[in-house]
Amino acid sequence: MDFRWDIFWKYLWPPSAFQNPLIERGFVLTILLAVTAETIGVLLGLLGALALLSKRRALRGLATVYVTYFRGTPVIVQLALIYFGAAAIGLYGFPSKTIGFITLSGAIQAGIITLGINEGAYLTEIIRAGIISVDAGQMEAARAIGMTNNAAMRWIVLPQAIRVILPPFGNNFNGMMKSTSLVITIGALELFGAYQEVNGVLFDPFELFLACSVYYLALTIAWSWVQGRLERRFGSPDQRIFKPRSDGFGPRRRVTGTAGGAEMVPAEGRLPRRHGVAP
Amino acid sequence: MSSDNPGLAIEFRGVNKWYGSFHCLTDVNLQVERQAVMTIIGPSGAGKSTMLRCINHLERIDDGEILVEGQLVGYREVGGKLKELSDGQVAQRRQGIGMVFQRFNLFAHLSAIDNVAIGPIRVLKTPRDEALDQAAILLRRVGLAEKAASYPAHLSGGQQQRVAIARALAMRPSIMLFDEPTSALDPEMIGEVLAVIRDLVGEGLTMVLVSHEIGFAREISTRVVMMDGGLVIEEGTPAQVFGAPRSERTQAFLSKVY
Amino acid sequence: MNFDWPIFIWYLWPPSAFDDPRILQGLEATVGVALVAMVIATGIGLVGALARLSRRRAFRALATAYVTYFRGTPILVQLFLVYFGCIEFHIYGFEPLDIGPIVVTGALQAGVIAIALNHGAQMTEIIRSGIIGIDRGQMEAARAIGMTYGRAMRWIILPQALRIILPSFGNQVNASILITPILITIGGQDLFGVFLAINGVNYHPIELFLDCSAYILVVSMTWAAIQRRLERRVGVSLAEARPRSNA
Repeated sequence: MDFRWDIFWKYLWPPSAFQNPLIERGFVLTILLAVTAETIGVLLGLLGALALLSKRRALRGLATVYVTYFRGTPVIVQLALIYFGAAAIGLYGFPSKTIGFITLSGAIQAGIITLGINEGAYLTEIIRAGIISVDAGQMEAARAIGMTNNAAMRWIVLPQAIRVILPPFGNNFNGMMKSTSLVITIGALELFGAYQEVNGVLFDPFELFLACSVYYLALTIAWSWVQGRLERRFGSPDQRIFKPRSDGFGPRRRVTGTAGGAEMVPAEGRLPRRHGVAP
Repeated sequence: MSSDNPGLAIEFRGVNKWYGSFHCLTDVNLQVERQAVMTIIGPSGAGKSTMLRCINHLERIDDGEILVEGQLVGYREVGGKLKELSDGQVAQRRQGIGMVFQRFNLFAHLSAIDNVAIGPIRVLKTPRDEALDQAAILLRRVGLAEKAASYPAHLSGGQQQRVAIARALAMRPSIMLFDEPTSALDPEMIGEVLAVIRDLVGEGLTMVLVSHEIGFAREISTRVVMMDGGLVIEEGTPAQVFGAPRSERTQAFLSKVY
Repeated sequence: MNFDWPIFIWYLWPPSAFDDPRILQGLEATVGVALVAMVIATGIGLVGALARLSRRRAFRALATAYVTYFRGTPILVQLFLVYFGCIEFHIYGFEPLDIGPIVVTGALQAGVIAIALNHGAQMTEIIRSGIIGIDRGQMEAARAIGMTYGRAMRWIILPQALRIILPSFGNQVNASILITPILITIGGQDLFGVFLAINGVNYHPIELFLDCSAYILVVSMTWAAIQRRLERRVGVSLAEARPRSNA
């Protein structure tokens, strides 16, 4: 097996990798795609959630159709439908557009729109679940101490809803960053597409795509860290405190041997903070 | 290492345990005779439950030894050194020790009778019908025959605890451990659980209870141990400990709760 | 806007659509790849979850690395790595396989592997969350009656975790159905690949891709119905009294 380390390192190390303009652009585009699409998704998700919770049947029906279609069909099909379809019926030809210093190809635009609409469908469900998860009694109690509807929403209901919404939202954005790669199916050139182009010349797929995946890893790990901070700031809904192992940190007896008695290891590999409380 | 006195059900020798830097059990020496009914009393945080849970190796000790029926708990001696027992070996030893938890810990996905029968079926390999029959008998004994098909979510706390006692008995242990069995119960249900425990006295079981029910302890115990701060403060017959406590801490504790 | 209704209906209505044998094959490919991949993924998930909860640091590290990589990189990249990587390093040539009456193309094989690995990482996390969501006292009680770790997992923890896991598992199956079109990038003929080919000859993207959507919607909604039944049977909403003995 001869792994071309030189190629791998060249296309992994940012200074050398970004010398390739496609890769540099691709990296920026990937982030742009993810953030823009997610923003569209959040807006649509909010509208959709409120529509699903609305008293008007027409709104509920519309939202249901929207959610059912976009969560029940593949993103790639949606991409093709919107990109080729909009041009075919003469709605929008998806020409290249230049905004400031960025040139967005038609495919990228279609990608942003499709991913945004798709995300909106998933966020509709997530936000709706978050809102209805807040106990009705919370609103009652808030009113009982004299808050208006809006104040109750702002200070009591939504903060609690956000706690429930945050983890799935975070996971979704994580997924979004990875889904941006799907736009290559309509010919858009973001990060993955850039590496594909390079591979078309060099024919070292494993080395190149391994390097490519490291960039995505960096993005997702960075986001996970942010997500973790956000969740801690807002408090995740079930903070199950996993009790520490009984043998804590104290002086251990001299024993040889293997796995023995006691209970489950805490899920994270590290030993959790001790509680030091004996019954 | 075998016990000096093979007639002992449980023996603690110089047992120490730390939770981090907190010394939760300090030089505990205790002897529990066979068929004794021992109650451990004391304030919260005294180490009572920890001590109990060390007996069936749900908690590890850091120093000293515990022997159950002459056998070392959790370890075995190999050429002068202590080797930790494997998971399977510890599991086997636990068959002889029944435990009743403060929060019942009934298996939520199983009905009452299945909770009682699952140990015999899956661990003792008792044939299913036989196990279910025996389970039915045990449920009748704790007064819950008609609740056999009910799930824990539909049982009251007192009922759940009684099922838990039946579940422990189903393994036919020689030792029964009760970790504050009534502390999580509403007052009106404490009596029904105590009645079941009282019923077990005299059956030949060795019983060790951690409990705040002083009156009950006085009634059924053959030995009482007072613990505080990880130390055994006092030990004796109920008459001695409750009637004429030698230690000041025991006196102080009893005056507050009794 | 001139919507070509005849073509739309022709390829929507199964009897006429299936005149073109590729469509049924594509449908089978889509469903087949998704299901086989999910079965493997669930197996991986179980092993992975237990590994992540293991006392052995090596197992935990390995499982965590696996999960981090396969959840942190796009499935398309993983597909390319599997497909081209194996070919490049002569590990496996991805030639068509004859399994009984079916011919499984190399692209489909690679698809199954990539989706299984990717969703296996997701399932690892899903199953692990389910397990640690179970009250610690359950494990203690199981141990107290003499169960080994293995038995306790098998009869007490996992059955209860199932209830928590099932909805997420169901979503993963749905996701695997919807991700199969990635195979077109390596020339695989899932249902979308077939419609793409048809579109190449008879250019009507909206009509044809809507038809494709319809078929997949039917598959997706069928699974949703199955999922709901499973959830009800396992008692996802709340424990309901079931008459038969479960011990």
